[in-house]
Amino acid sequence: MLSSSIGYYALILGLISSLLLIYFSLLNFRDNQYLNTKILSFTFLQFIFVITSFISLIISFALSDFSNETVFNNSHTTKPIFYKLAGVWGNHEGSLLLWLLVLTLFTLIFLLKTKKQPLKYRILTILFQQIIIIGFFVFIIKTSSPFNYIFPVPKEGLGLNPILQDPILAIHPPILYLGYVGSSIIFSSALSATVLGLITKKWASHIKKWVLTSWIFLTLGILLGSVWAYYELGWGGFWFWDPVENVSLMPWLVLTTLLHCILVLQKRLILTSWVIILSISTFTLSMSGTFLVRSGILNSVHTFANDPERGIYILIFLFSLIFLSIIIFFFFHKKNESENESFFWLSKETAILINNWFMMYFLSVVLIGTVYPIFLDVITSEKISVGPPFYHKLIIPFLVPFLIFMAIGPKLRWIKSNIENKINLISVFFFSILISFLIVRNFNVNFLINLTIISGALYLFFITIRDFFIKKNKNNSQKIAHFGFSLLILSIMFNNIFSSEIITNLKVGEILETSNTKITFNDINQKNEKNYKSIIGSFIIETKNEKAEKFKPELRIYNQPIIITSEADIKTTLLTDKFMTINVVQNQDYFNVRYQVKPFMIWIWLSVILISLGGIISFFKKEYEK
Amino acid sequence: MKNKFFLFTSILIFLIIFSIFYKGLHKQNIYTPSVKLNKKIPEYSSKLLYTDKIINYSEIFDKENFYFLNIWSSWCVPCRAEHDLLMELSKNEDIKLVGLNYKDNTDNAQKFLKELGNPFNIILVDIDGIQAIEWGAVGVPESFLIHKKKVIKKYIGPLDTNLLIQIKSLIK
Repeated sequence: MLSSSIGYYALILGLISSLLLIYFSLLNFRDNQYLNTKILSFTFLQFIFVITSFISLIISFALSDFSNETVFNNSHTTKPIFYKLAGVWGNHEGSLLLWLLVLTLFTLIFLLKTKKQPLKYRILTILFQQIIIIGFFVFIIKTSSPFNYIFPVPKEGLGLNPILQDPILAIHPPILYLGYVGSSIIFSSALSATVLGLITKKWASHIKKWVLTSWIFLTLGILLGSVWAYYELGWGGFWFWDPVENVSLMPWLVLTTLLHCILVLQKRLILTSWVIILSISTFTLSMSGTFLVRSGILNSVHTFANDPERGIYILIFLFSLIFLSIIIFFFFHKKNESENESFFWLSKETAILINNWFMMYFLSVVLIGTVYPIFLDVITSEKISVGPPFYHKLIIPFLVPFLIFMAIGPKLRWIKSNIENKINLISVFFFSILISFLIVRNFNVNFLINLTIISGALYLFFITIRDFFIKKNKNNSQKIAHFGFSLLILSIMFNNIFSSEIITNLKVGEILETSNTKITFNDINQKNEKNYKSIIGSFIIETKNEKAEKFKPELRIYNQPIIITSEADIKTTLLTDKFMTINVVQNQDYFNVRYQVKPFMIWIWLSVILISLGGIISFFKKEYEK
Repeated sequence: MKNKFFLFTSILIFLIIFSIFYKGLHKQNIYTPSVKLNKKIPEYSSKLLYTDKIINYSEIFDKENFYFLNIWSSWCVPCRAEHDLLMELSKNEDIKLVGLNYKDNTDNAQKFLKELGNPFNIILVDIDGIQAIEWGAVGVPESFLIHKKKVIKKYIGPLDTNLLIQIKSLIK
């Protein structure tokens, strides 16, 4: 009871500090040479208020205080303490509070870290940040307060969606949010730099840090979500082109493009319009993500609540920000005169620009695939669903030139360049085609598509590996990230080509034999756990070349609410993952058994880690130089 | 000049997007698949509930009569709810009721009918659910109004009094 009140009033105080901060920044913007110390102290206070509110929600969850509506809806006394705490952000209200917490934290860090930047720029950025923060405060307090009372106090809660009871998923939202919210700083900073005409090389190297931070967290957040889907949803895939996954991919694509534009800006002071528009779109796309997920306009595992009022609020808020930024962009942004014709056809910036356009193409494919079904439904009431084939057909062919530019681009110089080592580049190219031909030839797959993609990825792979040896310690971040990307594409392709699957219905004691695999269903065991009942099947799988392996896939029947989830048994080695799930077949002794062999699974995760490692190295590299 | 043009078009585009999303928020999100009508009845044969005889669909549905095929099961709760309406419909002389017992246990099915009454003229048994698929059913309960060997109307989910009135008016 008490902690709920504290949390609620802390939120109100946080909102009041926002209003005060706006007042002080407007005052300070006109008057002073120095930063009004009140701005710093109120930003700090605001952070303290929000964290107090967040901690009181954590306490309510930890103590299972069911007088709090959010706790009642999302917790249960039998739930392990770890998941009680994860339940704080496993629901709509709590996750918004987390979002707000990160937002105020980042604003504070921004203020502390930018002492060398011009005063007006700092104040204006804080002003834009506070507009966003106020939007979230009002949204939380008005439509989705996590501190509503229930009376009479219920004895037991309704439980947390058991699909969400997973350690990976407990940290997936916070990491992803760090990425999303980091982009708010980029947004505010780009707007205020535009207003003040400060889009300079110096600004570029300052904002690059924030772009990297946001990008690293977003990459890791997407990775965690994908790993979770692989282990928990039991479909054996890692990316489903589900609208909600797309919604996190879109800001990532934009951020990646922005990162490369910032590099160009830092060196040459061109592509300013790109940088501003991308900075704006990164944050608005993150916000649209929140809108699409939270409004219930999409239905997916991530949808928490279907409350149109919330949707309308976010929608209006989002579009006010979009209109604000459009107006700022058109009225304040002036292009540098030298910017236009200074591209030489063979230079690093041209290669980056070309790949930027490819990125924008990928973005539009994902955007159309996600949003078009909604539009069509609203306009014509026709329901369509856009599945993986759409994305694969539109994206895959364009990956090939993209990969080649990724390989050649870093070898070029800024401004004007010649191709050095032509013979090397070309011989590696033919070598990649040859290797790829030898691999693809042996398999019964679509020859041309696989051949071209694998050649493209192998080309990038060999070129970056070669670079590690000849250009030692120069631009390691780029090499590692690009190498990681080539590894990612290769692992996905091989995973796709070599995967095999057996789906069958078996009952205890039965044996299924295919040409090279023998599945024996030995036994079934039941166990009662703290908040679920588990049914564990015991299987033995024998193949011709390998020795027999035991598999114990599990079905969990959660009690609050009653939901059946399937826990895959996964045997991971460096080369392949073996993946088995069982499912009940209605009213029979039979179980639906699904056995999959998925090669190179672990390399998909590792390559994404490598990609973000590239970002991390780049983040810390600047520190040494200064 | 050029700048203003871009400003207004981009604002216009975003306004359109806004209004579409706004409308979308107020739309029902429940999906009902479109119903194919005037489809010929499937060619199939089936076991009957009380006897072990196997009978062809073409022997059941003749050209003159209206038939009402109801897919039901003893374990299906909404089927229990709509059963009274089926009993009422069975009193009508102009229509013959055909039951399709879906993925059910024979004993339970017979108990169910003993308890609530048997509205059906004939009951087909669909142990594995294949016949329901042949009919294009998406779940239980589901009903088909059949005339001249064609499905003229399909009802997804349990019947209610309004639907019953509609059915009665259709077969007059």
